[in-house]
Amino acid sequence: MNEFVFLWRRPQRPPRTPQQMQETMEKYFAWFKDMEARGHLAQYGQPLEPKAGRVVKDKSGNFSDGPYAETKDIVMGYSLITAKDFDEAVALVKDHPIFDEGGVIEIRPILKL
Amino acid sequence: MKPNDALFRREAARLLATLTRAFGVENLALAEDVVQETLANAFEAWSYNGVPAHYSALLARAAKNRALDVFRRERTVRKFAPELGRLIESEWTLRPAVDAMFLPDALKDDELRMMFTCCHPRLAEDVQVALVLHLLCALGVDEIASAFLVSPAAMEKRLSRGKKLLAESGPLFELTAADFLPRLSAVHRALYLLFSEGYHGASARAVVREELCWDAMRLVRLLVDHAPAATPATYALAALMWLLAARLPARIDDAGNLKDLFEQDRSRWDEALLAEGTRLLEQSASGEVLTEYHIEAGIAGLHATAASASETRWEQIVQLYDVLLRIRPSPVVALNRGMAIAQHEGPAKALEAVRAIADANRLAAYPFYPAVLGELELRSGRIDVARGHFEQARRLARNEGERRFLDDRLEKCAAMAHS
Repeated sequence: MNEFVFLWRRPQRPPRTPQQMQETMEKYFAWFKDMEARGHLAQYGQPLEPKAGRVVKDKSGNFSDGPYAETKDIVMGYSLITAKDFDEAVALVKDHPIFDEGGVIEIRPILKL
Repeated sequence: MKPNDALFRREAARLLATLTRAFGVENLALAEDVVQETLANAFEAWSYNGVPAHYSALLARAAKNRALDVFRRERTVRKFAPELGRLIESEWTLRPAVDAMFLPDALKDDELRMMFTCCHPRLAEDVQVALVLHLLCALGVDEIASAFLVSPAAMEKRLSRGKKLLAESGPLFELTAADFLPRLSAVHRALYLLFSEGYHGASARAVVREELCWDAMRLVRLLVDHAPAATPATYALAALMWLLAARLPARIDDAGNLKDLFEQDRSRWDEALLAEGTRLLEQSASGEVLTEYHIEAGIAGLHATAASASETRWEQIVQLYDVLLRIRPSPVVALNRGMAIAQHEGPAKALEAVRAIADANRLAAYPFYPAVLGELELRSGRIDVARGHFEQARRLARNEGERRFLDDRLEKCAAMAHS
């Protein structure tokens, strides 16, 4: 088994009613529960604050503000998923609700020596 | 529907009421932004871990912290609720004052006050109901527009007209104010319309309709639980809603067909809702005032206790409709009275009564007017005349459920013509 970091990339908050939020949230959560039940979930990971961040540029601590509000798909969170290989990892996110919201998923294997 | 299916909406409504109290009604848009941000963050976090058990307290704390930020950032540039006055000027007083506003009991009170604020006497009933749906049920503009079969743009206009007037109305309505009782009847009316829209409404989406019923019941429950608002009329309105809601599981059969009272499988009526409705009805029977809600709940109660349509006390129901027509004259009520007469004295008498409805022209677009005429003609054995009425009703039908219901009637006509 291999471990993959899933980076959830999405446009910043689309306008949603409370009911739409709840229904979408339940779909996301159902995916995690499914992963857990099938033994693919190494770590839930964490959501990231979408409206604040700093990119430090040099040793003296100069930074610019990020993430970049104009970018369509900022990293909204990360999770750690186990899968046999890339093919299986990609198959796990078939029908994931993030695609309904114009999001994408970046899948990065953890480097092994 | 499980109670937690609408928890985001329920929490949004509670937080909005409290934030509006804190910021002042003139800052309603700011309060809406804070609610949106709070829920959006909860959405991100709970997408991973699911909804925690103490979600309500967590959301209240998050919204409170955001409110504190807003006060600190804007206290010099914006005017907030007069109630907080100068308490927001100093950190010594700001935090305890805002803490107190977010205590669970205060949250509940704020929803009540928001409800009374929305039912401002200068607002038309349709605007009041739209505001209640938007601010107290946290439904989006599109969602409300689809429930009332109007365009989103028209609903947006209706809501902004309402919000503009609210912004001028000062702090949230005080429940101890002198005009509490007159406004209570406006609140009753708005909740009644909200429930009716869910129950008899024209919307094509069956699911949304039932949600409106549960929303109305949640809000009327707040009135029942709040002493000055818990009048006999409040109990009667609540009883009516509970007794009607008990019939919801039987109104649509397994194939998705609309069933009228005569065809419903009464074993599917919800026992718990019926029992609670009956209890509420008993509690409504005090005091001097007899409201339309008492009468309607009384009629619903007679249906609820009858084992079948034929064993129902129709004579008493006709009498109750007579009283209802005196209190609130309406051609729809007169039409329902007609159906009760048909059960009690037969279709001929009923046809006479229905044809005598004075303002029947107001029913011109109402599919159940020709449908009732068709039903009565069918029972009189005039199948061709009945078919004509049903065909007209079908042309007026507003959704798939109604169309199927009327198709079923037309098939019945055809079957009777053959036999």
